[in-house]
Amino acid sequence: MSGPGEQSITSAGAAGELEALRNGDRAETERFVRQHAGWMLALARRMLRNGAQADDAVQNAFANIFKNLSRFDQRSALKTWMHRIVVNEALMLMRKTHRLREEPIDELLPVFDESGCRIEAEWAVFQTPEAVLQQSQASAKITELINTLPENYRIVLMLRDIEELSTEEVAEMLDLSQANVKVRLHRARAALKKLLEPLMGGQAL
Amino acid sequence: MMGLSRKQMRRIHGIMFKLPLMITCEVFEDFILAYLDDDLPPKQKFVFELHLKVCRECQEYLRAYRASIELSKKGGQADAAFAPGDVPEDLITAVVEARKA
Ligand SMILES: [Zn+2]
Repeated sequence: MSGPGEQSITSAGAAGELEALRNGDRAETERFVRQHAGWMLALARRMLRNGAQADDAVQNAFANIFKNLSRFDQRSALKTWMHRIVVNEALMLMRKTHRLREEPIDELLPVFDESGCRIEAEWAVFQTPEAVLQQSQASAKITELINTLPENYRIVLMLRDIEELSTEEVAEMLDLSQANVKVRLHRARAALKKLLEPLMGGQAL
Repeated sequence: MMGLSRKQMRRIHGIMFKLPLMITCEVFEDFILAYLDDDLPPKQKFVFELHLKVCRECQEYLRAYRASIELSKKGGQADAAFAPGDVPEDLITAVVEARKA
C-alpha cells in the first residue's frame, strides 16, 4: 500500500528525472536507456522477427522519444506513449522492406457447404488452453505458428491480441479502416485456430 | 440425432437454418468478432445465440476460436525468446552516443 505522501514523493522524483532527461543529462539518459531498452527490444523482436531490424527500430524509437520528450504530456503514461513509438518504428521498417504487402489467407479459413453449413472435423480430444500452456515449449511453439501467418494478418493479430492495442489505434497505425481491422483480426484468429488445432487436440509438442 | 453422420446433420441444418430467426453457419461466422466484443445489438445477439444453441459445429468452432485467442495472447506474451532480457551493450552505447551528437 502506498499512502498519499509516498505517492507525491514518487511522482515528484519521476518529474525530476524527466526534467533531467529533457535537458539531455548524460547519466540520466543512460539510466533511462538501460531501464527501457529491454522491453522495447523484446517488443521490436516480436514484431520484426529479425534481430538487426529490431535493433534499428529501438534506436529509431529512442531518437524519436528524445526528440519529442518536451511535447510528451505527463498526464498520459510514459510507457504507453513509448510503446506506441516502438510499434510505429517497427511498422515503418516493415513497410520499407515491403513486408506488409497483401497476402492471401484463404486456405486457413473455415469452410462451408453449399447451404452455408460449417464443415468442421470432429474433436476427439479437446485440451483447455491451461493444459496446452502447461507443456514446456508451448509458448515457443505458439509463437512459431503465429509467425507462419501471412504478415499483413500476423501484424493485426499481434497488435490487437498480444500487444493489446485498440481497434482504433491499430487502424490509425496501419492506415486501415476500423472495419477492415476487425475483418483482418477475425480472419487471423480463424487461421491461427486452424494452425493451433493439433495442439488443442492433444498432440504432443 | 444418434447415428446420423455429420453430413446428414448438415443436410437437416441446411433446411432448419432457412427458418425465421435462423442464420447459417456462414452468417454466424461474420458475427463472431462483434459477439465476443459484446458489440451486437440485442436482436442480432439473440439470433447468434439461437444458432449457437442448435449447432454443434459452431459450438465447437467457437470454443476452439476462444481457446485459440487465449493461447495466442498468453503464449505470445510469455515466449521466452522475446522476453526483456540482456540488451547488447553496444546498442545502449549507440543510443546514448546518438543523443549526445
Ligand atoms: Zn453453425
